[in-house]
Amino acid sequence: MEEVDVEPTVTNIPEIRHGKHMGFAWGPGDILVYETHFKPSGYTLSGPGGSFIHKVRKDEDINSPILRKLFNESHHIFVGLQTINDDLPSKSKRPQFISISRNYRSVIRACMEELQQVAVSTRDTEKGTQYGNQVSILLAIELIWNLCEVLFIDAAPAGSLLLHLLDWVRLHKADVDEKAKDVLQSDSPAEHHNYWDVVVSYVLQGRLEEARQMLVKQATLQPASRNMYKLMDSLLSKMPFYNPGGTQTLTEFDVKWRNWHEEVDRYLKDNTFASNRHLELICKILVGDEDTLLEQKELLSTWYHFLVTRLLYSHPTVKPTDLHYYAQSCLTMFLDSRSVQEPLDSILLAAFEFDIYLVIKDCSIVLNNWWFVAHLTDLLDHCKLLQSHNLNFGSNMREFLLLEYASGLFTHHSLWQCAVDYFDHCPELGRACLELQIERVPLDTERKALKVLRICEERQMSEQVRSICKIMAMRALRNNRLGSALSWSIRAKDAAFATLISERFLQDYCAKGTFSDLDLIDNLGPAMLLSDRLTFLGKYREFHKLYGEKRFKEAAKLLLSLMTAKIAPQSFWMTLLTDALPLLEQKEVIFSADQTYELMYCLEELTSSLDTAASGGERPMQEEDVEQTKVELLRLSLARNLAMAIIKEGTVET
Amino acid sequence: MESAKYVSQKISKTRWRPVSYSSLQQPDIFATGSWDNEENKVSVWSIGNLGSSGLEDGFEGDPQLICEQKHDGDVLDLQTMSICKHWARAHRYPSDNAPSTGVACNSPEIVTVGEDGRIIVFRADQEGVVRVIENADSSTLHAVTYLRTTEVLTVNSIGQLKLWDLRQQSNSPSQILSLSRDRVPLYCVDRHPNQQHIVATGGQDGMLCVWDVRQGNMPFSLMEAHSAEMWEVHFHPTNPDHLFTCSEDGSLLHWETSSPSEMPSFLQGGRNSNMTSRSAMAPAGGNQSIISAWLHGDSSKSRLETTHMLPSQTLSVNSLDVLGQCLVCGTDGEAIFVNRQVPV
Repeated sequence: MEEVDVEPTVTNIPEIRHGKHMGFAWGPGDILVYETHFKPSGYTLSGPGGSFIHKVRKDEDINSPILRKLFNESHHIFVGLQTINDDLPSKSKRPQFISISRNYRSVIRACMEELQQVAVSTRDTEKGTQYGNQVSILLAIELIWNLCEVLFIDAAPAGSLLLHLLDWVRLHKADVDEKAKDVLQSDSPAEHHNYWDVVVSYVLQGRLEEARQMLVKQATLQPASRNMYKLMDSLLSKMPFYNPGGTQTLTEFDVKWRNWHEEVDRYLKDNTFASNRHLELICKILVGDEDTLLEQKELLSTWYHFLVTRLLYSHPTVKPTDLHYYAQSCLTMFLDSRSVQEPLDSILLAAFEFDIYLVIKDCSIVLNNWWFVAHLTDLLDHCKLLQSHNLNFGSNMREFLLLEYASGLFTHHSLWQCAVDYFDHCPELGRACLELQIERVPLDTERKALKVLRICEERQMSEQVRSICKIMAMRALRNNRLGSALSWSIRAKDAAFATLISERFLQDYCAKGTFSDLDLIDNLGPAMLLSDRLTFLGKYREFHKLYGEKRFKEAAKLLLSLMTAKIAPQSFWMTLLTDALPLLEQKEVIFSADQTYELMYCLEELTSSLDTAASGGERPMQEEDVEQTKVELLRLSLARNLAMAIIKEGTVET
Repeated sequence: MESAKYVSQKISKTRWRPVSYSSLQQPDIFATGSWDNEENKVSVWSIGNLGSSGLEDGFEGDPQLICEQKHDGDVLDLQTMSICKHWARAHRYPSDNAPSTGVACNSPEIVTVGEDGRIIVFRADQEGVVRVIENADSSTLHAVTYLRTTEVLTVNSIGQLKLWDLRQQSNSPSQILSLSRDRVPLYCVDRHPNQQHIVATGGQDGMLCVWDVRQGNMPFSLMEAHSAEMWEVHFHPTNPDHLFTCSEDGSLLHWETSSPSEMPSFLQGGRNSNMTSRSAMAPAGGNQSIISAWLHGDSSKSRLETTHMLPSQTLSVNSLDVLGQCLVCGTDGEAIFVNRQVPV
């Protein structure tokens, strides 16, 4: 068992009194906790136990309405990513992956901005802090994602690597622009107290054009030092930046840069800027002096800014593989004895070391929700950056994370629909998980059941289809909605249930003497063939209709066929024969001789089976009498009909 | 043209607030209902004013929330009326409440249908129920629409359309229409705005059926529309040659038909491979200009065009509404799409 990396957090359950024992049960995404009566020895606490069950959930984010947009939008992007053609080699798909990564990041940013607005405008301080926390988490997430994009997905070589890192830092240090705006909007920018901070920040970020523009304002104020400013301006303008699309090779760039660096160093050694401490400071930065950079801790504010700036001014052609040396040393230099290494710092360090697994592992521990790691891992997997080594429970890391994330989503009353797509794209265990989860979605309305059914049918999960249809059909049956119940069993092609429903109909008929729900039975159509009982029901109703329309011959034929073709259940034969009585008693001969023989045969079959049944059990005398009378009546009518039929058939029409 | 706004609730219904025909305004306020939330809401949104100059082509204002109202249970249907009232427990089973699935309004009358197979009539100015047709159907009634001021049409789970005359006291429908083949559940119905006998329905198999209520028991034409349940079908209210359908498979289709001028309808026939159709019988009165293009049925002759309106695949599109040139739809991906330049 792995040792725990962090101390587990303690959550107090309100309403369970101190000292009481708690019982618990795990749920899919939460724990149910309740108070028990258990009294360990020595305790004398007594009194009525609490009557509440508490639901403890780890993941708060899933219920935040603003973060829900994150889940939905990223779901959309995820599905789009899965459908990218696999035939092309990864190299040519890289721009696509980068744009997808940017999509994810822009979604994160949009959420962050919205949360920020709400955090600022809310009056509830607790909610305000909560929003604020969420904003900082999202900021960190976006920072990490951006770095991963630069290092892993974009995988820029030496030269462009630094440029990308510069962009990364600039994107995450927005306060410079705010300060600059303040300064520029003041009456005399060059005398603003933040002026030099802005200039130095620009230089630290490698934004030399803007630094030069700011310096011009100072230069006009100090005509005496005009030469110094001109010199500085030329130094800044001459700094070479690597152009990836250009014809210059990296070595050529390196040579040029070294020349420039030596020039700056010369000026520094000559004390050219000694009289102006600000320009001297800038010159020292340009030369890449570590101590000077460290002194600018406040402006840099983070060790990774320090790292990038240091690389910019001392090793602009840094190779990706060398990055981690510098990263580690910068981190150590930047953090003095007072500050402690935060989880974010270790994650970024792991990224600089190109240890993807460590990044993902640390993120999983720190964040309370699998969203980030699941999506990032999925994207990296598509870029073929994760070797598919199997974890010891049979699936690779990507699938494991996606399954965890999707299972978490499934516990949400509304987001379960998104989760289905995630399961779809987990080839090994996804289907099995989906089968288990989809059955547990509560079905309050028919519309929801229809949607769940559609999901199951599209994936050929016939077991689940049957079970869901059965649930809905039972519910309908309980509420006496026989038509609904039948339509559910037709959908599931559930012959057994259809038989059950037909039995209900027939029982109703026997009880009331008429059919209920004629609109259904009359219009069964091809569904009639689903079950024998249902076919019988349809045909029996047809018999009644024919009788009502006085088409006796056809009715008679149908009735007979119901018995001889064994479509009718034996239990119903008595009723059928009784139905035949009025036909037998008609003036006109309806049943032919042959048909009458068959009817007699059926009657005999019925009575003999009834006899065997009766001999075993005890039946009240009255019932037996009624039965006997019926049978006798039938025998009489049959005999009379036979006589008339024989005569009729034997007569020759003249 | 389309912009998605994510709203953190799955949308089950959207409806434009009607604008008067005399004004040339485009509609700018719509309502949505949510479902599957622990707390469902009816929300009203505004999409702001289009830039007055035509140069602002494609200007999309995000829908802004104006107000919302809690709703018990999923919102299954929405209609706009000028008054608001609440009737509780109208639809029920013997032991439980039953979901009410459809609502139709013809001011001041309101008709609702539900999973309990009942049809209930309310009036906006009366407190209680005006009339209940018990056991109108043995299966669930999914949608209802007014055919004439006194007639409503319902569709149910066993593929039947039933016509009810509300003036009569009997509890049985005056007419029943259904397909002769599989009894596929029907989920939506809409009436042609000008010709009251023409009705379009959609159901579980995603087929679009156009019926002529006066004639016979059969749909006039069947068209394969979607690969999954069709949730809503709407004729365009002022331009009925256009029809819109949306479905569980995540697509929203815009159907456009135009009647041919060369041949009279009864001379057309033939079949199209992906459409089952019946050639029109010459209707009584035979004036071709009155014959709706929808009843021709043969796509090659009557030039039926279909366009997908949503940019890419989404989760199920549950609802749509179209008014003027504006289309709004809501999906299970918790997004609302508004398109303000529908080509009609």
